[in-house]
Amino acid sequence: MIAYLSIRNLSVSLSNGPEILRSISLDVDAGEVHGLVGESGAGKSIIGKSVLGILPRAMGITSGEIWLDGVNLLSLSVAQRRRRIGALAALIPQDPLTALNPSRRIGPQITRRLVGILGWSKSAAQARALELLKEVHIENPEHVMRSYPHELSGGMRQRVLIASAFAAEPKLIIADEPTTALDVTVQKQILRLVGEMQARHRTALLFVTHDLGVVSKVCDHLSVLYAGMIVEKSQMRSFFAAPSHPYSRALLAASPKYDDLSGGLVPVPQAVIDQLDGEITAFDKGSRT
Amino acid sequence: MLSRILFTRLLSTAVTLMGVAVIVFVIIRVVPGNPIAMMLPPGATDADIERLKAFYGFDKSILEQFIVWLANVLQGDFGNSISLRQPVSSLVLGRLPATLELSIFALLMAVLIGGGLALIGTRSRGTATEAAIDVTNGMALSIPDFLWGLFFILMFGVLLPIFHISGRISPSLNLDFSTNFYLVESLLRLRFDIFMDLIGHMFMPALALAIPLAAIIAQLLKQSLKESMNLDYVTLARTKGYSEYQVIIKEALPNAVLPTLTLVGVQFTFLIGGTVIIERLFSYEGLGNMAIDAVINRDLPLIQGIVILFAALFTVINLVVDMMYVVLNPKLRHA
Repeated sequence: MIAYLSIRNLSVSLSNGPEILRSISLDVDAGEVHGLVGESGAGKSIIGKSVLGILPRAMGITSGEIWLDGVNLLSLSVAQRRRRIGALAALIPQDPLTALNPSRRIGPQITRRLVGILGWSKSAAQARALELLKEVHIENPEHVMRSYPHELSGGMRQRVLIASAFAAEPKLIIADEPTTALDVTVQKQILRLVGEMQARHRTALLFVTHDLGVVSKVCDHLSVLYAGMIVEKSQMRSFFAAPSHPYSRALLAASPKYDDLSGGLVPVPQAVIDQLDGEITAFDKGSRT
Repeated sequence: MLSRILFTRLLSTAVTLMGVAVIVFVIIRVVPGNPIAMMLPPGATDADIERLKAFYGFDKSILEQFIVWLANVLQGDFGNSISLRQPVSSLVLGRLPATLELSIFALLMAVLIGGGLALIGTRSRGTATEAAIDVTNGMALSIPDFLWGLFFILMFGVLLPIFHISGRISPSLNLDFSTNFYLVESLLRLRFDIFMDLIGHMFMPALALAIPLAAIIAQLLKQSLKESMNLDYVTLARTKGYSEYQVIIKEALPNAVLPTLTLVGVQFTFLIGGTVIIERLFSYEGLGNMAIDAVINRDLPLIQGIVILFAALFTVINLVVDMMYVVLNPKLRHA
């Protein structure tokens, strides 16, 4: 039985050569939360973008398969793929300040696709949007529906985006650092909200973040990325109990502890980086032959 | 908000029109050539000349003439045309609809062609199609409207006679028009034969006027659309199952269109300026054609009337553009 989202040996590279993702494989099943952690530039967002078909134009998928609900997306035409992704998956974007269309009211931004693509009646879509806004704990949803994005705070906008992502009951949600652009107090609320929504709707959730603290709160499984390669994949509990790869241990050691600030910042040891570089060289050699 | 803009605009419009009136009034009286000399038969006596000058008020100083003219204008009297011997206001307003129909038709063509090219270019960005659109734009921009007009006359009027090359309507056709908006009226009265004849006359001059503007629209709109395509909310829309054209038109366009809108407002006034020569070229009976005749005949009251009307038209267009800007940009509306 294949997982709901199953990525097999996915490689992505820039059109001028350099590899961004090196043969990534991972599975996310319905009701499961899979965390993707790594430093900036490790390629964690690119995995989500590959699945959703929104890679930057300079990048391309060079090999691999992306199975969504039993169909390999990469075997479909662009138009078919878009329709399938639109029906089955949704994105919670990173920056709520730029992810809403500034020239349109909130209501239509949630309902338009329900009416235009999925063929709902206008009143049904309207009712659904109100219900969702209540679900994400927005106090006066009628007023928010009539507002323009610039009239709402960042946290409110992220709530709207979360509501919008769940609007069409997608089976897969990709959350691309959904709390990074928010301030710390709001981060917690949003994080709790994403977890809550995921549990209620039993969606598969691919959670991209650089924050191990965040991962420990919401994820069941996680993959640690370095330079486009998965260096460790494990269950949440066993990861925090005993990370197996030295890089994972270094990452854990590097996360700041808010209850003990005297420790200062801990960099990843040079020996670990050398080992990682060795693994990548070995991988690249192996893939070339 | 809208009413405040409207009020300040009306005020500045009044000042602008006054300035235009002064400048035109002075310039056409300072440049050589005089209307009296054009009117009198050879061998007229000095006394005749003086009498005629006094009749039109040209014997007074420019300042006195201006005060008299302004006092009349404020009462709605723009004087009489010297060469056509009719009231300037009725002459000018009689011709205005022809020019408005031509320039608005040209504007629509420019928006359709330019907008279409911008959409196709954005859809196929980075491909040979986009490059072809850029090259076509460059060519269209480097040739002025009257050369396009001449080219069309030769191509589609003479070599392949598809369109009419002169006039506004075929003399054989006649509908007892009750307004001078022939195109609109023929459509409303469902006289499609006349409508098609009018289009047949209007198509080439309108296209000549539209091409340079279409190229500008295509270039600028494509540029802003391409920038918008990388915005987060446009990317998000792509994951929602819309086709690429739906994403471009419904998500990227509303914001990307704003700079183009401003430019089209400015360029539309240039387009109307272009009608002067284009109307002459196609013997189209509009304001521009009348303006050239008025200048040739040194018909001072008529020139003044036409220029004032053009100036008023331009300020109205600018006002409309500003209003549209406020309507399209919700942030301005609430500010």
